[in-house]
Amino acid sequence: MSHDPAEMSEDDERPPPADRGRAEYADQVLENVLENVLVFLTCRRDRNSVSLVCKSWCRAEALTRSELFIGNCYAVSPARATERFERVRSVALKGKPRFADFSLLPPDWGAHFAPWASAMAGAYPGLEKVYLKRMSVTDEDLAVLARSFPRFKELALVCCEGFGTSGLAVVANHCRQLRVLDLIESEVTDDEVDWISFFPDGGTSLESLIFDCVECPINFDALERLVARSSSLKKLRLNRYISIGQLYRLMIRAPQLTHLGTGSFSPSEIVQQGDQEPDYASAFAACRSLVCLSGFREIIPDYLPAIYPVCANLTSLNFSYANINAAQLRSVISRCHKLQILWVLDSICDEGLQAVAATCKDLRELRVFPIDAMENNEGPVSDVGFLAIAEGCRKLQSILYFCQQMTNAAVVAMSNNCPDLMVFRLCIIPRYRADRITGEPMDEGFGAIVKNCKKLTRLAVSGLLTDRAFSYFGQYGKLVQTLSVAFNGDSDMGLKYVLEGCSSLQKLEIRDSPFGDSALLSGLHHYYNMRFLWMSSCRVTRRGCREIARQMPGLVVEVFSWNNNAQDRGEENDIVETLYMYRSLARRVDAPKYVEIL
Amino acid sequence: MEMERQNDLNLKATELRLGLPGSDEQPEKRNNKRASSDMDNSSDGEKGDRECAPPTKTQVVGWPPIRSYRKNVIQAKKTEVDAAGMYVKVSMDGAPYLRKVDLKVHKSYPELLKALQNMFKCTIGVYSEREGYDGSEFAPTYEDKDGDWMLVGDVPWEMFSTSCKRLRIMKGSEAKGLGCL
Repeated sequence: MSHDPAEMSEDDERPPPADRGRAEYADQVLENVLENVLVFLTCRRDRNSVSLVCKSWCRAEALTRSELFIGNCYAVSPARATERFERVRSVALKGKPRFADFSLLPPDWGAHFAPWASAMAGAYPGLEKVYLKRMSVTDEDLAVLARSFPRFKELALVCCEGFGTSGLAVVANHCRQLRVLDLIESEVTDDEVDWISFFPDGGTSLESLIFDCVECPINFDALERLVARSSSLKKLRLNRYISIGQLYRLMIRAPQLTHLGTGSFSPSEIVQQGDQEPDYASAFAACRSLVCLSGFREIIPDYLPAIYPVCANLTSLNFSYANINAAQLRSVISRCHKLQILWVLDSICDEGLQAVAATCKDLRELRVFPIDAMENNEGPVSDVGFLAIAEGCRKLQSILYFCQQMTNAAVVAMSNNCPDLMVFRLCIIPRYRADRITGEPMDEGFGAIVKNCKKLTRLAVSGLLTDRAFSYFGQYGKLVQTLSVAFNGDSDMGLKYVLEGCSSLQKLEIRDSPFGDSALLSGLHHYYNMRFLWMSSCRVTRRGCREIARQMPGLVVEVFSWNNNAQDRGEENDIVETLYMYRSLARRVDAPKYVEIL
Repeated sequence: MEMERQNDLNLKATELRLGLPGSDEQPEKRNNKRASSDMDNSSDGEKGDRECAPPTKTQVVGWPPIRSYRKNVIQAKKTEVDAAGMYVKVSMDGAPYLRKVDLKVHKSYPELLKALQNMFKCTIGVYSEREGYDGSEFAPTYEDKDGDWMLVGDVPWEMFSTSCKRLRIMKGSEAKGLGCL
């Protein structure tokens, strides 16, 4: 077959010798042109589309992709990823399924960073950025990162575990160009290593240092010196071992900060009346660029007025570890007219939410966490505060709300008032709880959300829901990508509605709901479009799961329970405790004994 | 707060319960689910064989969906208070010296009253919302956060144990005044 250089050929066939030189030259030119153009393409989805055009476009795209995002670390092997993409400077990897956060995944399940670290060490000497979420990372892995990448600049570990302060020390010491070290909601072992002291002497390039989740004391003097010699530092989030007095000393050295996590926000010793305390308010006033405030881990509310000077500029405020009441919140929030993101504890009560609704007209994201996680008849926040937010914060895009009681009316009101909602996560803590006033299921409320909020991409439901609610989800939730279900639904029909109707569904996590094999099998047409499906304590049997695995070889179907071991697999008709399945180009080679891959 | 069917305080007989104020009967339609461990293979859609609501107030793993990290932090704050114990002084009218009792150890009124009766070798009698401890020789009272002297038993246990500063076992005749509020 002759090779026409004028065509973009998918053919791998070699042209006859006489034409080969011309053909290869033309190909080369084309690829060079493409590469120069594709370098500007940053959007992941666009790149995926480009790579599907033809083989030569696929090659060119692969050569120009510098940011690699892998949403499920088991979807592809490290070898395959590094073979295809040769010139990667930034890698993002996500590991465990989200329900691992709630102790639903047995320990040592996997998501080890080690094989990725070693593959990248060989393939990407120019690697600069690593972002890991829900991965198991060891000190040795961190050492590999520090040793292998001389241009390494940014490390972010979100919801990770397996490493300690000794690993941090190695990163601090070896990564001389480090700009970002972000530890967010990760578990860090206290190896009693003074990692802050391991940053090299002399000026650093640090722009972001986030360690509010590190649960061990910090060498404050070393930290103070570090901040003093990091003139580019913009984001600093301290842990709760930093007292307010120490915070003051750091703030006066870094008035250029844009993001600040305040640490404990209380003094280290009992302060007597008449004691001389620094002018905290002036330190805050000096930080003219401060837009994001968090911390307040052991807050003594008397010190709240110190933050008044920055309230007018704040766009993000995280009080979710601060046990403050409505009045205390109001004193702050009434000054925060530009606030877009607010995280709070329900200690602020409905009254506090009313204060938020009155002032924060620009609010985009609200999260209300419970102090008391027990199921109760009453709680400090309810449909009353929820309704106030619905009426006051019309630009709301994302809400996470924990409460003991809710009404359909309040949820319907939000669906009508907040058309920009993309993320709606309502957690009515008592399972199977109905509408507080009417006693009806919460079907109509959640149904209104999917129907009226045309931009909805993420939904988490709770309370008493019948299959009717799920029929609404399937009928109206055409853009929903992520759906979380817990203790809801009546029958297989519920899950069927969702699998058949929600055409954009990518991530589906379900627990303790009566969905069985028949429902599971109704999603065969869609599972390759999804990142994963999680079902725990439902009614699917081993037989049903095996049938899925048989019909869909491109899925990894994991079945496991907490008490399972290799000898004790169970019968085909047994209900499985947990089913976790995901599309994948690889087989798992590192599964623990209690995981059965069908 | 659990509904405590307690013999000692004889609450059931008087149809009174120690619950949160304002927590009356809920029109809860808990008519469709059984706890996952009870699931059998009955056919779907049959509302007929559905059991009552799953056990309330028990700790369900991973529910509500709050990240372990956040749960631990809030829990740690609570534990700091817990670990210290909650010892309060107890005086009894006529006794030469005071005693101390750890409210954290006793999880309910009947337990506490039993302990007090053992400690002071007295009988405290039966609580009723109307009559207090009317009819018995002694009545347990406590000083709350505001400094007021209250009758033991009126408020839910949690509320009592966090607001009680000290206890005093009063002679029945004196306590009558408290019971009539």
